Amino acid sequence: MSEHQRETDAVSGVETTGHEWDGIRELDNPLPRWWLWVFWACVLFSIGYWVAMPAWPGISGYTQGLLGKSDRQEVAQALADLKTQRGINGAKLRDATLQQIESDPALQAYALSVGQSAFGDNCATCHGPGGAGAKGYPNLRDDVWLWGGNLEDIATTLRHGIRSGDPAARVSQMPAFGRDGMLDARQVSDVTEYVVALSGRPADRAAVGRATQLYADQCSSCHGPAGKGDQAVGAPDLTDAEWLYGSDRAAISGQIHNGRGGVMPAWGQRFDPETIKAIAVYIHANSGQ
Amino acid sequence: MTVVIDRTSPTNPAPQGQGPVSAAASARKKAGGGGGLYKARTPIYPKLVHGRWRMIKWALLILTLAVYYIVPWLRWERPGALPDQAVLVDFTGRRFYFFFIQLWPQEVYFITGLLVMAALALFLTTALFGRLWCGYACPQTVWTDLFIAVERLFEGDRNARMKLDASPMSFDKLWRKTGKHLVWLGISFGTGGAWIFYFHDAPTLIRDFWIGQGPATAYISCAVLTATTYTFAGTMREQVCTYMCPWPRIQGAMLDKHSLQVTYRRDRGEPRGPHKKNQSWEGRGDCVDCNQCVVVCPMGIDIRDGAQLECINCGLCIDACDEIMQRVGRPKGLISYDTDHAVASRETGEHKGLYRFIRSRTVFYAVALSLISGVMIWGLTHRTSIDLHALRDRNPTFVRLHDGSIRNGYTLKITNRGFEPRTYRVTAEGLPGALLKTPGEDASRGALSVVVQPDEVRAVRVFVTLKGEAITAPNLPMRFKAEAAGESVTVRSIFLSGEANAR
Repeated sequence: MSEHQRETDAVSGVETTGHEWDGIRELDNPLPRWWLWVFWACVLFSIGYWVAMPAWPGISGYTQGLLGKSDRQEVAQALADLKTQRGINGAKLRDATLQQIESDPALQAYALSVGQSAFGDNCATCHGPGGAGAKGYPNLRDDVWLWGGNLEDIATTLRHGIRSGDPAARVSQMPAFGRDGMLDARQVSDVTEYVVALSGRPADRAAVGRATQLYADQCSSCHGPAGKGDQAVGAPDLTDAEWLYGSDRAAISGQIHNGRGGVMPAWGQRFDPETIKAIAVYIHANSGQ
Repeated sequence: MTVVIDRTSPTNPAPQGQGPVSAAASARKKAGGGGGLYKARTPIYPKLVHGRWRMIKWALLILTLAVYYIVPWLRWERPGALPDQAVLVDFTGRRFYFFFIQLWPQEVYFITGLLVMAALALFLTTALFGRLWCGYACPQTVWTDLFIAVERLFEGDRNARMKLDASPMSFDKLWRKTGKHLVWLGISFGTGGAWIFYFHDAPTLIRDFWIGQGPATAYISCAVLTATTYTFAGTMREQVCTYMCPWPRIQGAMLDKHSLQVTYRRDRGEPRGPHKKNQSWEGRGDCVDCNQCVVVCPMGIDIRDGAQLECINCGLCIDACDEIMQRVGRPKGLISYDTDHAVASRETGEHKGLYRFIRSRTVFYAVALSLISGVMIWGLTHRTSIDLHALRDRNPTFVRLHDGSIRNGYTLKITNRGFEPRTYRVTAEGLPGALLKTPGEDASRGALSVVVQPDEVRAVRVFVTLKGEAITAPNLPMRFKAEAAGESVTVRSIFLSGEANAR
């Protein structure tokens, strides 16, 4: 390429560069001078840019630039702006009742998005990212509630927690009938059969008969004579298909023997009232209530 | 046209000194060998010409500039808080308004369709009539024409301008040059200034602009367009077409020997030469070599060299030549809109079937253009003002209720592109007995009513519950339907219940 015959193209009268591809040769046309000016203008611009903007790294820092641009400051500013904006919307949440929030489309949309992010950061650990729960952690998406599923009930549970140590916490205590010797193993087994029968499943009739008096004495004060439970004391309904700790006989007798109860923190101590309201609306809305 | 060195087939060599010549080649010739790495611009002093094509160019110049400056000031009543500007590209509100049409960003395909139509229309006109766009309608041509007119106003016509440039600096030269550049800057500023009104409410912006309260983008756009207008139309002119614009290269693919182009009729003009009065026209061509076609050319080329990349087909050389032909008593049209094929045919003595407008390429462009136009018109007339999208909850995929019913959660996005609030009736089709529930309403029902404010998208959580006995398969195809104001739209989705719950 470096040495080529100086050749002039017959048609255009322009010298060729000597580059040839399949008989097509490149003409050596000069660049227009303005193009050179554009090149120098770009060089000048880059020098101006170095002076005006953060550019060169040094040992312990970098050249800051005369315009004082800083991405960190811009992020801080954006966050501050966001906080202000949230303050405005937060005030609306604070002033409205839970029902008002849920029935106003704009407030509802805002509460749902705030609630979703707060739920994802704090509640999803136990209740799952979609709120579907797990063994021992209630499903928040269905229509079965231990402590009540209306907006106020949910907000109260959120604020004070369950067995959380908060003075107004929701507290109930299922006794450990077997472990504490209140019922012997045979009786636990009979009551298990009784509970299985309550939920409409086939059970040992003789055992159910033996347990009828036991249930009335020991269980019905909380779970009710018909086993429908009581949301005032957080006693689960034993007649439905929902089982927090499992539905088979082993799981039921285990619960009668040990009397487990979960703990939920009192979020009122950690969140501002607006966030509590937003989470309550989020949970209530997504439970389809 | 692009110069290709083809040594495989010897073609008819152009007469000596008459082959197509690139600007760079002629610059080198003038520079006298060697050339150098960079080529300075050779100044061009186009002479004022009168005639039919010049008149058409003036008329189009006034029309296009009038459209450009007036359109942002047209008003168009729209209900509510919507802008009343007829043509507005509203970036902050993310809407495009064009008289009765209002487009959302997701309807950008209408803009795409419009661009495809514009491209095809350009292809078709180029294949038929050559570079009409370049010669008459391109902003570069229009503004350059305007700037040359201003130049002529201050510095006089071609000869006066050449003399002025060659003369040493004097008070006369100084004020003429200063005046010209000031007016150029004024026009440039007006150009950049008009552009920004397409993006904001014009009456508001013009006030804000002058008191320094306008948005930064307005000042930046105005400054950039002022600079480019001044540079491109004032100092760069033909170099923009020759070096910067891709279209002269692309249009080579649209043109063929049947395309009308500004053409020197070689068959009639050659052999050329000066002509004395009363001399016979026998045995010679009509071209008197007066060079008028060259001096009026804004691109600085000689049309007698044939079709070339630099030629924008503005037709000014036609006017110049016609004037001379009239003066020497020969018929007009030595230079005229003609085709390469017609010229070549006449040279060989053929005079029939010279022009072919219906060719496979023009038919193809026309059919493609009609198809796209048809699709666009159908799309615009069948456009609904509702959009509906359904996003199924993925976690949990379904929820079992205490009575064995199954509930699925969805987020419906309902768009109201209308101008008044609408209440949409939302139903789930394909799920008999399904109950719908949305937060904020007490009861589950077969249909929901959702109010969407005008010009808004509303995301609504919708829960669909199906009784256990209605669940016949683990997944049931279904459709959401939203209807209001005589319009309805459906979207497909699915109802999942898991293997264990299906009967």
